[in-house]
Formats: sequence, C-alpha cells, structure tokens
Amino acid sequence: MLLEKLSNAFGPSGCEHEVRSLVAQALREKVDDLQSDALGNLIAFKKGVGPEPRLKVMVDAHTDEVGFMVTRIDKNGSLGFRTVGGIDSRLLLAKRIVIGPKRLPGVILAPPIHLTKPEQRKQVIEIDQLAIDIGATSQDEAKELVQIGDYGAFDTRFQALTGEGLRTVKGKAFDDRVGCAAAVALADGDYPIDLYLSFSAQEEVGLRGARVAAFRIEPDVAFALEGTICDDTPKQQDVSPTTRLGMGPAIYVMDRTFVADKRLVRLLIETAEESKILYQLRQPGVGGTDAGAIHLSKAGVPSVAVAVPCRYIHAPVGVLSLNDYDNLVTLMRKTLQALPEKWAA
Amino acid sequence: MKDLIKKLTEAYGPSGHEEQIREIIRGEIAPLADDLRVDTLGNLIALKKGTDGGKKIMLAAHMDEIGLIISYVDEKGFLRFQPVGGINVMTLSGGRVQFADGTVGVVAPEKGPEFQKEPELSKLYIDIGATNHDEAKDRLGQAVGFVRPFADLGKRIVAKAFDDRISCAILIQVLRQLGHTPHEVYFVFSVQEEVGLRGAHTSAYGVAPDLGIAVDITIAADTPEARKLAMKLGAGPCIKVMDGRMLAHPGIKDLLINTAKAASIPYQLEVLDRGTTDAAAIQLARSGVPAGCISIACRYAHTQSEMVDMDDVENVVKLLLAVLEKPIDL
Repeated sequence: MLLEKLSNAFGPSGCEHEVRSLVAQALREKVDDLQSDALGNLIAFKKGVGPEPRLKVMVDAHTDEVGFMVTRIDKNGSLGFRTVGGIDSRLLLAKRIVIGPKRLPGVILAPPIHLTKPEQRKQVIEIDQLAIDIGATSQDEAKELVQIGDYGAFDTRFQALTGEGLRTVKGKAFDDRVGCAAAVALADGDYPIDLYLSFSAQEEVGLRGARVAAFRIEPDVAFALEGTICDDTPKQQDVSPTTRLGMGPAIYVMDRTFVADKRLVRLLIETAEESKILYQLRQPGVGGTDAGAIHLSKAGVPSVAVAVPCRYIHAPVGVLSLNDYDNLVTLMRKTLQALPEKWAA
Repeated sequence: MKDLIKKLTEAYGPSGHEEQIREIIRGEIAPLADDLRVDTLGNLIALKKGTDGGKKIMLAAHMDEIGLIISYVDEKGFLRFQPVGGINVMTLSGGRVQFADGTVGVVAPEKGPEFQKEPELSKLYIDIGATNHDEAKDRLGQAVGFVRPFADLGKRIVAKAFDDRISCAILIQVLRQLGHTPHEVYFVFSVQEEVGLRGAHTSAYGVAPDLGIAVDITIAADTPEARKLAMKLGAGPCIKVMDGRMLAHPGIKDLLINTAKAASIPYQLEVLDRGTTDAAAIQLARSGVPAGCISIACRYAHTQSEMVDMDDVENVVKLLLAVLEKPIDL
C-alpha cells in the first residue's frame, strides 16, 4: 500500500527527496509528464480527454513532514536540535528519531522519574534543553556520524489498527502523506480537465513549495489535499471538534491562510451529496494549507482544500481511517469529472 | 454623500463574503466606468480611461469589514465562532450580528464563574433565537457582520465598517467628479484586506500599475488617554509615511504633500506603529510598485461604532481629484 510506504519515508521540510522518488516511481507509467523544480516540488501532468479548451486544474499535496535539524554536537556526543515545522515540545521526551542521510537511530533524552521531583514533572522541558542520544560517547565519535544541519524525523512504522469498521491505521507524517497518496490515486482516472498534480515541498515551514509551483502551473482552479486536525476525543463541554474521524473528507470553508472559493465548496458538497459520499465541513478558523499560497498566485486562483481527518498530527504517531481516505479519493475523482460542466454554469 | 456612506456602511460584507457590498458599489459606479470587471478573488475593478499617455494608477479601497465566522453549532442551537479579521473581544457582548440572508443574532457571554471578567472569545456565543439544533445547524461555516445604524452627528459621523467603506464612498465620489485626466485610473474595490491584504495582492498583479495609492482609515489618537500618535479628526487627510508593514514610496508621499499644499487642502502626516493597508501588498506586486496611502483619521477603529469627520472625507476626495488632474513625475 502506497500510504504505508509514504508514511514510513523520511522527509522533513527541505529534505523531501525520498518521498519525491516514491511518488515519481508510482506515477511514471500513469502520467504524460513528470518534472521537479528548483524548490523540490514534483509536478506531474496528465492530459485530459474531451473537447478543448480544457480547464487547467492543480491538485496539491505536500511531501514534507514536521521534523528536526541538528544544531550542535555536544561534548558528550549528544545532539542539540531545533524543530522544522510546528512540534509541541511536550511530545518529545524519550521519542525515537532517525537522523541524517545514514538514517541513524537516536532517542530524545528524558530524565528518569526516580530523579525528578513531582513539580518538575508538571513542567514542560523546552526544546533547547533537550538533546538526541545516538549512543556516541564523545564529540569526536558523534562528528563521524552526523553533521550540523542533518535532518531528523520521527522513527515510527505504519501499522493497521482495526480491520473492520473505520479501518484505522497508525503512522507518522499522515500530514500530508495521506494527501500525496490520494493525489497519486487520482492519476488512475481519465478526466475532462488537464490535471497537474503538484507534490509540493516545504509546506510546514511556510507554504513555500506550493507558491512557486502555482506560479509555474498557472492553474484555473486548485485543490489542496491534506491530512488535518482531528480533535474528536471526548471533551468536558459540548464544544466543537475541528473534524471527526470516519465522518468523511473535511471540506475547508476558511482557515488562517485563505477563504475557500465558494463555488468550489458548493461543487464538492453537491458532488458528495449526489454520489452519497460521506463528507463534513471543517470547522473554520485554525490551521493553514497550501491553498493559502496557491490562491494568491499571480492574479489569483479559485482554491479549496479537502482533508482526511488525522488524530495527533504533528506528533510521533497519528491515526486515520482508510474509509475517510477512500471517500476523499472518490469525492475528488467525481469532482474532477463534474468540474468543467459545473464550472461553466 | 452621507446617503451613500449610510448605504455602504450598513451593508453586509465580512472578508471573503463581499458579494452584497460589491453589488451595491457596482450599481453606483457602473454608469461611470469605461470598463468594469470582477477578478478571481472577487475584487471589483473599474477603469477610467485617460486622455494622453499618463500613468497607470491603481487606487484601492477595501470592501470587506471585520466579522465572525460560525465554527460550531451546539446541541441547543447556540453558535460558537472564530474571528474574521482583528476583532476586539471586549466590543462583542450585547452586540447584534447579521448573516448574509439577513438573519440577526445576539452575541452573549457564558454565565460561568468568569462572567464578570473581560471575556475570552471562546466564552462567547451567538444566539439566533433557534429553539433547537436543527434550526441552526446550517449556519456552520457562515460568516456574520455587525449590525449598527449610521448616525449623522453633523460634522462628524458614526457607523460600523468605516474601515473601509468610508474609502469606498470616497473612491465612488472621485469617480463621479473626475473629469479630464491624463491617467489610466483603476479604481479597485478590494476583498479580504482584513485577513491579510489578499485582494490587493492579486488585483495589483492583475492591474500591474505604475503606481498605487490605497485609501483607508487610520487611528485617530485625539481621545482621552489615547496612544501617543499624531493623527486627529478634522485635521485633514493623513498622508502615510510609514505603518507596521510599509514605508510609503517617498515620491508618492511628496506628490501627495505638494498637491495638498498647492490646492490649499489641509493635511497631516501619518506614522502608524502597527497595522497596515492594501498599499503594503500593492508595493510588493510583481517587481515592485511605488505605493502610498491616504488615510482618514478614525476614532474607535475595529469597533461597531467608528467615528470620522466629514471635512476629512471631503478633503480626501479633493486631494485625490487634484492628484489625478495633472501629469505625475515621481
């Protein structure tokens, strides 16, 4: 399963080549053109069928994940680091990490409970107080193995959870490898539009890849496919979850980076309802996607985002439902089919 | 002009939901423009053609206003929300809001133990009079603007959304009165300024102007215990020197100062410590655009009762007309 390979792949922002080659491998036979650009975006082109002129549609998914970068090598051989993209430092203690081109295993240090006082256990240890232990016993030994500037990623293997029902799986980097897997799956269909699949770099550090990809593609319409916040675990009060697991792909209305094009929101909802595909509206407000950069490209691009709900994103491990994933792919296939007719109307 | 101002300020149009205000403005300017179009993001762009090889000038005033967007409908039909643009939470309780379809709601605070304190956004809700969840459930994802009638105090006027409907009124008035101009003038009524200058970003790319001037409101610091800023009501158009995200092009700043002096229009200089305008986005379009801004001093900005001075408004119209009349050499 491609999602499994993509989730296991190493690819913090700016270091996406492993993900890029998996995607390229999966797409090579299915698309008419495949190019990478200066920032590390991979752009696949699939020519449409049917009458010209055809709409130029950009479907974006970002290849990068949140991760780490080595910033110093300490005398005792441990590694200081900073995060690449947004990671809550409360999630880091004693987590397994892989580092650098050799994919060295390491562990983020954690003080043992025997040596900490109760009040210390209530405090958050800041990232600059943490270090990665790669087992080296001296600075020289560590310097043989890693360099300052090497990337790190969570060391988490993809695994299926429940077999029935929601068909949940766990793994890292579902934000946005689930979008990448869905975008790859779209290459299997034939559409009445010219399809540009953009596997964009550096989303987690500021939507950078999508910005230049959109400039190059000059799309008429854009869709960003995402793995998004799913905070549906029990709450004390009757307050809102951003999305709910298993309730279908979540359609964006607005987030911090854009207001979704209303015609595209309507098209997605109508398509879902006509084809009886489960969907949900994503709670407006928090978060951002590549659509935030794409919609501002040149004189503007009508854009929307659709996402698979993922519990515990930006963490060592997340959980998603393959039903939501399948529904996203079906919804997008049907939407791309319906797009020219509905867009003209 | 007050009738126009009343009509524009009372209209619905939070960022990203400018359809209604755009139609009102379109109705006002359609007979006056040589060309009129709406771009991808929803900016309304009117062209007034010039007579002889002047500059391509972009004037920008934003149509959108701050508002709220419904993020959750609870079991009983009460609505929770997120801000659209810079909302001062203190100003919300007891206020009324309206949806695009005209439905009115009341913003109210929870009556928990924190009730007497300054509220947090998450402790407020909107009550649209729904008696159950089903009556309210379709509101998820819809945006609301504020409800507040225009009030004419004589020299000074009060309304919601002077930011930036007062400048929309000014641009309409300029278009009405503009006779001969050597310049190709694009009047851009922009969208989504309050959430990040987004409409100006794409419209400036589309128009590709030789120079850009935004018209917007700025903070009037002439009220009790206000911040130490120089701008005040009734002292004339504020010519922007700097704000939180832009240094005005010195050529534009001088053009505005010299034009005001020559036409005996009072003016004041604006150095604003934070906040910005569409000019900041215009300036960075393509390979860069000389850009500046004329601001109207405004009290109580980003509340539901903003106040401006009619003399300032009329003087901005005069200043813009004077700028557009003559050739420009930056």
